[in-house]
Amino acid sequence: MENAQPVRFFKRGHSATTRFVLFLSLSVLLMGVDAHFRYLENVRYGLSVLVQPVQQLLVSPGDWLRQGREYLYTQSSLIRNSELLLRQHEQDKQGLLRLQSLEAENRQLRKLAELRQSVEYSSQLAEVVYQEKDVFRRRVFLDKGAQAGVQAGQVVMDDNGIAGQVTRVYPLLSEVTLITDKEQAVPVSVLRNGLRTVVFGAGNVSQLSVRYLPISSDIQKDDMLMTSGIDGVYPPGLPVARVIRVDRDPAYPFARILCDPVARVDQHKFLLILTGQPNLPPKPELEVEKAGKSRKKKP
Amino acid sequence: MSDVLPHHRNPFWPITLSLVTALLLNWLPWHGWLLALRPDFVALVLLYWSVYTPHRLGIGMAWAIGLLCDVADASLLGQHALAYAVLAYGGVTLRRRIRMLDLAQQAIQGFPMLLASYLVFGLVEWLVRGEFVWLYLLGCLTSALLWGPMTLLLQTLSRPRARSDVL
Repeated sequence: MENAQPVRFFKRGHSATTRFVLFLSLSVLLMGVDAHFRYLENVRYGLSVLVQPVQQLLVSPGDWLRQGREYLYTQSSLIRNSELLLRQHEQDKQGLLRLQSLEAENRQLRKLAELRQSVEYSSQLAEVVYQEKDVFRRRVFLDKGAQAGVQAGQVVMDDNGIAGQVTRVYPLLSEVTLITDKEQAVPVSVLRNGLRTVVFGAGNVSQLSVRYLPISSDIQKDDMLMTSGIDGVYPPGLPVARVIRVDRDPAYPFARILCDPVARVDQHKFLLILTGQPNLPPKPELEVEKAGKSRKKKP
Repeated sequence: MSDVLPHHRNPFWPITLSLVTALLLNWLPWHGWLLALRPDFVALVLLYWSVYTPHRLGIGMAWAIGLLCDVADASLLGQHALAYAVLAYGGVTLRRRIRMLDLAQQAIQGFPMLLASYLVFGLVEWLVRGEFVWLYLLGCLTSALLWGPMTLLLQTLSRPRARSDVL
């Protein structure tokens, strides 16, 4: 065996530098394609089948701990909780009854006016499996994927308001970009006066900002921002955020407006994926093209 | 002087097991400060094997493992791959120098390589997203501190033994 060593020395193949340059150019190529086109989604999809079961397995001890703690809840807290829930239920029942009658009335009125039926959004419950471990981005993974009929672009909310949007779908998981992500934009309108604008993630953990609103615009602290629905992706009239600070510095053309998301974006364990797509009337030819372009960039 | 011990000619199992363990450690749900202080276990193990057995685990393997990390972290495909290829290249080219040093000196030599690897990763992030997180540089420091203990562990596990039941 020892004699074989010097012979192998000459059969080492390409030098380290050659290999390094090869893999360097390969990575640059991959990153370029991944950043600008969507050809590599299949590769990612395939590799995710290998990686994601392992990741899920790694998170499960935490889940077991939590379940164990829940199991050990004392009886008194359970009783207290159920009393609270019962009371809440009584209150909600009245609201629900009123809502039902209003809905029926609304349907009738719409029929009378022969208006297009507004879309009924169906939703499915999904559990947050894990959070992305990257401070650059605010994303979570849900346990419903392509097999449950989830599609990229669908809206995700919790019981209070909009939480984010599905950006990537894997066989068993889906990746949700939260509205607090710096690159996520939600078209909203101010509830008080109908002023339309777009709200972006502020980049930090729990805030949103309205970026391009002139300092003279009519927006105040405590204004509610609701989805405007004019983008055709988010259903109209869902709460998104509450304005918490408005800075009007005349040195800048735009006001600095900070908002708090209504959804508890960083706390919830369960989220709703809205599966219905609004059936809007077809857009004029030119605008369809434009929308297609912009959607390619930001699903 | 040198702590280098002979390796098996073909340390397949030590390489595989250490890589799998490092990947599992990296993929634990780290958060916040812990994430910033987390040593990059995968980078460390790749650096170790590229220094001691470059014919078994070189730049190509490091690159492939990097792709897996990209999928796991949902980063740009090729971003971790590039960073780990840089690291493995450093390890392979400087292996003779590193093998001659003792553990503390090895860690001091390894730190700039880990730093370069993270800087490449951060540079891509900065080019694509316009942000650079300085806090994660702390991870390079903890990685370098972990070099000594990890080297001892991997050498103990992968050196040939006269009797297989004695460590």
